[in-house]
Amino acid sequence: MDKNNQATHLKKEILVKTIKAFLSDNFEENTRLIPFDMRPKGHDVPYRCCIYKEREILRNRIIATLGFPIEGSDERVLLSDYAKNAQLREKPDEQTLTVLESACKGCVPNRIFVTDLCQGCVARPCIENCKFGAISIVNGKSQIDSSKCKNCTKCIQVCPYHAIVKIVVPCENACPVDAISKDEQGHARIDFEKCITCGKCVSACPFGAIHEKSQIIDILTRIKQGKKVVAMIAPSVAGQLPCTIYQLKAALLKCGFYDVLEVAQGADITATNEAKEFDERIKEGQKFMTTSCCAGYNNLVDKHLNEIAQYRSDTKTPLYYTAQICREKYPDAISVFVSPCVAKKSEALKDNNIDYVMNYEELGALFVAHKIELSELEGVPFDVEASREGRNFGITGGVAKSVEAADNGKNEVRAHLVNGINKDSIRALKGFAKKGECEFGNLIEVMCCEGGCVGGNDCLSTVRTATKAINDFTKDSKPIV
Amino acid sequence: MSKLTVKICMGTTCFVMGASDLQDLQELIPERFGDDVEVTGVTCLDYCSSCSESQAPYVMVGEEVVNKATVEKVMEIIDGKLKNGQE
Repeated sequence: MDKNNQATHLKKEILVKTIKAFLSDNFEENTRLIPFDMRPKGHDVPYRCCIYKEREILRNRIIATLGFPIEGSDERVLLSDYAKNAQLREKPDEQTLTVLESACKGCVPNRIFVTDLCQGCVARPCIENCKFGAISIVNGKSQIDSSKCKNCTKCIQVCPYHAIVKIVVPCENACPVDAISKDEQGHARIDFEKCITCGKCVSACPFGAIHEKSQIIDILTRIKQGKKVVAMIAPSVAGQLPCTIYQLKAALLKCGFYDVLEVAQGADITATNEAKEFDERIKEGQKFMTTSCCAGYNNLVDKHLNEIAQYRSDTKTPLYYTAQICREKYPDAISVFVSPCVAKKSEALKDNNIDYVMNYEELGALFVAHKIELSELEGVPFDVEASREGRNFGITGGVAKSVEAADNGKNEVRAHLVNGINKDSIRALKGFAKKGECEFGNLIEVMCCEGGCVGGNDCLSTVRTATKAINDFTKDSKPIV
Repeated sequence: MSKLTVKICMGTTCFVMGASDLQDLQELIPERFGDDVEVTGVTCLDYCSSCSESQAPYVMVGEEVVNKATVEKVMEIIDGKLKNGQE
């Protein structure tokens, strides 16, 4: 779904209000009041049946923003108590996503449906072309017997009136690994055994019913406790806010962070190591290698695509190397990865060097709540400046290009870009693994999101504007070799 | 007839709340309206701080403040103003 929509706006508004409450002199009470401030007595009811349901859903959204799961949440517990407990939490929740049952519409199941546009024509290509005998004429119009229909969509393609449509459940349809299904009440449920945390369902649901459990309160609590909190900013952040990455660093320092590192610094190490590994693997006679920096892809390989694991590079992610550098530099610090997507939260949970993840929506909301005017800040330089290639990691093709640059002409690098994980690209990857080769190239760059990390589910900017901004910024950066 | 001016807020609040979509207006407006409309990005129109982030992003079209602005909404308002010969 397009980023420019009211569900995304609402989620960001709640983030801003929750952070403002944290920064106020009475976090707990002011959090409890957010649903009432947003939908005061007499306010119109924009989305749901009544103001009480609106407030209840807002309350659930705030529970997720405070980092708790909605599944199994207790209606009797006050929001103020949730706010209190969020500050006492030692570690973030294992699962990163949560479904708001109250917000989930319980969409009608995926099916093929004949609309009123059916003219009951003489040709009846729908009936003639249905291999399953699922279509018959009832009262002069086509009708589909759902017990026979296999959702092949042939009838949709042949109807001359475009009268037949596929009704989709957006979250189920967006999930590339069939991890979402409906429970007995028709509400969405995530199977966390299958889920690769790609975040596609979060962006796809038009009711905004799937939330990330935010870690923002944990991070703000650590800052308030006076801990050294260090931010590590992903390369894709360069196109997300109306400022340079130097002004971004200044803004984070203003919010109480102790230091800020560029993850592009780690990307330079990834590129160098991956180029070395590519050289070795090709010399050993392997026909192709895939990249390994995308957390969504790594989860896909580990959970559903084991056959390609031997072709995936063993090189670690830019975040891994940056977090290692951060730990060595500041052994007693709390490290926070500033991320374009929810998938990186699953990576962070497995890496002891990363304590928390803050996504771009939360980052933006933090600056709004602090009333920081980004463009007016004076930039602060980084101790280590990353290369152009490392800074381009977040754009589709950027990783492959950086490996090619680091290879420095030793091999003929032919890049094949998997720009977005979906059912088709998963099928293609399975094919490459089965054959042991890829006809389109010898270096397969896999990005879970279309456009690369700039297409991540938590990005503020559109892929087009973010890509342009990053290109403008990196053209003057130093080359990797 | 003086030129119609459009001011797009590029302040933190408007940018975060409104996605970066509105930046496209800086290209789209000259493409469609040529010299009839002047478009500029401004740091902050100061509505977000006095009103609320819930109505951001803001765009000024002539003297009119457009809240929860989108590309479509702004283009339609410009269209209307030019047709009515206002400003």
